[in-house]
Amino acid sequence: MELKKVDEIIDKYNADKGGLIGIFQDIQQEFRYLPREAILRVVERLAIPLTQAYTVATFYKSFSLVPRGEHEIHVCLGTACHLRGGQRLVENFERTLSVPAGETTKDMKFTLETVNCLGACALAPLVRVDQKNYGKMTADRISKIIKEYRPDGEGKSHGEN
Amino acid sequence: MEKIKTLQELDRLRQSILAGQKPEALQVTVCGGTGCLSNGSEQVAAAFVGEMQKQGLNGRVSLKKTGCHGFCERGPLVTLHPSEVFYQRVSEKDVAEIVAESLIGGKVVERLLYTDPQTEEKITHHDEIPFYKHQIRIALRNNGRIDPTDIGDYIARGGYAGLAKALTSMTPEEIIAAVEKSGLRGRGGGGFPAGRKWRSCHDAHGDVRYVVCNGDEGDPGAFMDRSIMEGDPHSVIEGMIIGAFAIGSHQGFIYVRNEYPLAVKNLGIALEQARGYGFLGRNILHSGFDFDVRINRGGGAFVCGESSALMASLEGRAGEPRAKYIHTVERGLHDKPTNLNNVETWANVPEIITRGAEWFASLGTAGSKGTKVFSLVGKVKNTGLVEVPMGITLRDIIYKIGGGILKDRDFKAVQTGGPSGGCIPKSLIDMPVDFDELTKAGSMMGSGGMIVMDDTDCMVDVAKYFTKFLEEESCGKCTPCREGMRRMKEVLIDITEGRGTEGSIALLEELAEAIALGSLCALGSTAANPVLSTLRYFRDEYEAHIQEKRCPAGVCKELILYSILEDLCTGCHRCFRECPQQAVSGEAKKPHRIDSAKCIKCGICYDVCKFDAVVKK
Repeated sequence: MELKKVDEIIDKYNADKGGLIGIFQDIQQEFRYLPREAILRVVERLAIPLTQAYTVATFYKSFSLVPRGEHEIHVCLGTACHLRGGQRLVENFERTLSVPAGETTKDMKFTLETVNCLGACALAPLVRVDQKNYGKMTADRISKIIKEYRPDGEGKSHGEN
Repeated sequence: MEKIKTLQELDRLRQSILAGQKPEALQVTVCGGTGCLSNGSEQVAAAFVGEMQKQGLNGRVSLKKTGCHGFCERGPLVTLHPSEVFYQRVSEKDVAEIVAESLIGGKVVERLLYTDPQTEEKITHHDEIPFYKHQIRIALRNNGRIDPTDIGDYIARGGYAGLAKALTSMTPEEIIAAVEKSGLRGRGGGGFPAGRKWRSCHDAHGDVRYVVCNGDEGDPGAFMDRSIMEGDPHSVIEGMIIGAFAIGSHQGFIYVRNEYPLAVKNLGIALEQARGYGFLGRNILHSGFDFDVRINRGGGAFVCGESSALMASLEGRAGEPRAKYIHTVERGLHDKPTNLNNVETWANVPEIITRGAEWFASLGTAGSKGTKVFSLVGKVKNTGLVEVPMGITLRDIIYKIGGGILKDRDFKAVQTGGPSGGCIPKSLIDMPVDFDELTKAGSMMGSGGMIVMDDTDCMVDVAKYFTKFLEEESCGKCTPCREGMRRMKEVLIDITEGRGTEGSIALLEELAEAIALGSLCALGSTAANPVLSTLRYFRDEYEAHIQEKRCPAGVCKELILYSILEDLCTGCHRCFRECPQQAVSGEAKKPHRIDSAKCIKCGICYDVCKFDAVVKK
C-alpha cells in the first residue's frame, strides 16, 4: 500500500482536521476506496479518534470501504429523471450487469450507483459513466454503453446475438 | 496584476477592459454549462476555432465560452454579438455554415433559429424568445454573458463595484440596514430575512466570526446554484466579502457538493483572480479589512444542506444537525458566530448594494422581494433556469416561459420546494408564487425546484419517491424521522404494489404528524409534506390504488400491464428484437403481442416503439 500518496494528500490539506472530508475525497479518488491503512494514517496525522474517521467514512455517500469498479455508473434519480423513467433504467442496468445498485461487478469493471441529482435536469433521464454524461437515456441504449467500456464482455440483449 | 486600492482605480480598470472589448467587434459565445457540455458544446467551440481560422477570420472574431444560459433544453446554444442572433441545438456540423453565412455574410441561418412552439414562428434574437423575454435576471445577471474564468469580464459588467462602494463609502451598519430594507430573504429554502440574520451575527458575542456559502444544492431537480457557481462565481464571492465586512468576519467558507466538479474548479479560479486584484486577502481596497475564502467539498449527504449539519461537516465530522436552541449566528462553526447564506442569496447582495435597497424592494410582493430563480423541469417544453419577479403566477411560468406541457398533454401538478415541498394541483395554477403563498398551498419555496407533472405521472408514486429519498437521507439522529419515514415508505410501497388497506391513509396521516412533531431539523419536520400535500389534493388517486388496485396514471409497475395496440402496430419488429425476455411475438409487418406471463415490465418495448403502439394499463 502506497502510503506516500496518502501523506501527500494529507499535506495538501496541512493535516487540518477540518479538511477530513476533502482528504477522504482525494484518497477515494486515488484508490477508488478508503483502504484501512490509509484511514489509520489519516487518524494518526490529524490526531483524531478512529471512531470519528469511520463515522465520516460511513456517513457520506461518496466514500466506500471496499474497492470500487474501474468505471462508476451513476444513474440519476433526481425528480425530473424519476418522472422520465430513471428507476426503470436502474432496474435495467441491474439486470444487464447482474449486480444490485450500490455494488460492483465481479470483474471489477463497473460499480452501479444511483445519485440524487446531477443538476442537468434538461437531459433527463441522465446516466453518468465516470465523467461522461448520457442524456435522454433509454433502456435500449444500455448494452451499447456498457460495450463502450467493456468491448468483449457480457451485456447483450438477445436481439444482438 | 496590480492590486486595486480605490473606487477610482476600479473604474479605470473597467474602462480599460471595456475599451479593449470594442462592443462593435464580432463575438461568438458558446454555452459551457453542464447541459450544453453534455450535448457537445466543447466540440462546437473547438469547431469554431478551426473554422474561423480556415475561413480567414483569425483575430477578427472573438470566441467566448460562457456559463449556463439557462435554456438547457435547446443546447448547445450559440449567440452572436453584437447582433444577438441566437442559435440553438448547434452541432459541430453547423459551425462552417454559421461562420460563412453569419460571421462573414452577415445573414441568419434560419434552420438553427428557435421556433416558437405556439406560433410556429422563427425567432432571431435572444431577448425576443418567450423563454427569456419574461425573465428579470438579477442573480443570473451575468450567466451566459461572461467567461466565468475571466475576472475582467465580470469587472467589465460592473463587478466588484458593489464591494468598492460598500468598503469605501458605507459602514457595516449601513450595509446591514440596506440588506434589511431590501427585504432579501434566504434563497436556500427557509426564506429567513437575510438582513436580520446578518444583524444577529454582527451583534453576537465573540471576536471571531465566520461567513459560509451553502453550495450543497441537494434538492433534486434544482440546479440554479450550480449554474451560478459555474457561470458567475465572482458574484457569490463579492456578496460574501460585502457580508463579511458588514458582519465583521475574516474567514469565509464555500461548501460545494462533490457532484459539482466544474463549480469547484471555477470557484477556485475566481478566488485566485480576486486575490490577485486585492479583493481578497489583507487590507482589501485599502480599507484595512482582511478577508479570505476557502472551498470545502461535500461528501454526498442531503442533510448537509441544513446549516448546523453543514457546519459539522466543515469541521470534518458527520453531518448531523443539532438542536438550535442557540442559533448558529451565535454559536455555529467551531462554536463561533456564523452567518450562512445560500449561493443565490449571496449573488443578489452586490446588486442590492450597487443599485440600492429601494430598487430591489420595488420588485416582488409584499412579503417576498426581488426575483427568484426556478429550475423548471419535468414535463415542460422549455426545461431550464428561469429568473422571475416574486408574485408571478404558476401559469405564466409554466405556459409563457415554459412553453406548456410536453407533447401538449394535460397539466396535472407542479412539485415545488424539493423533497420536503409539496405538489400543487391544476386548480391553483393562477396562484402567485412567493414564499408565503406556496406555504399556504401546503408546499414551500425551498431552493426553487419546480417539477412539472402531466397526466401520466402518478401522485402516489411521486409521494413514494420523495419519502424514499428522505428516508435514505435521514441522518438517523431522531427516531421519529429515522423509523417513521421507513414505516411511511413501507405503507406507500404497499399501496403502489396493490397491498393497500382501508387503514393505510389514516396510518400515513398519523405517522406524518408524529414525524413532524418529533424531529429536530427541517428535514424531519417537513418530511411528510409530499405525502400530506398529495393526500390533500389527490386523495382519489390513493383510493384508486387501495380500493380498485389500479394506477390511473399507468406508472405503478405491479398494477399495470403492457400491451400492444393492434391498429397502431406496424409490425416493425423493433420491440421483438429489444425485449430481453422474448415476451413479444409476431410476424414482421403484422401486429405483435406481449405475453404478460413472460413480461418483466422493463419498459424497453415502450421506449423503442416509434408508433406509440405500446401502452401501459
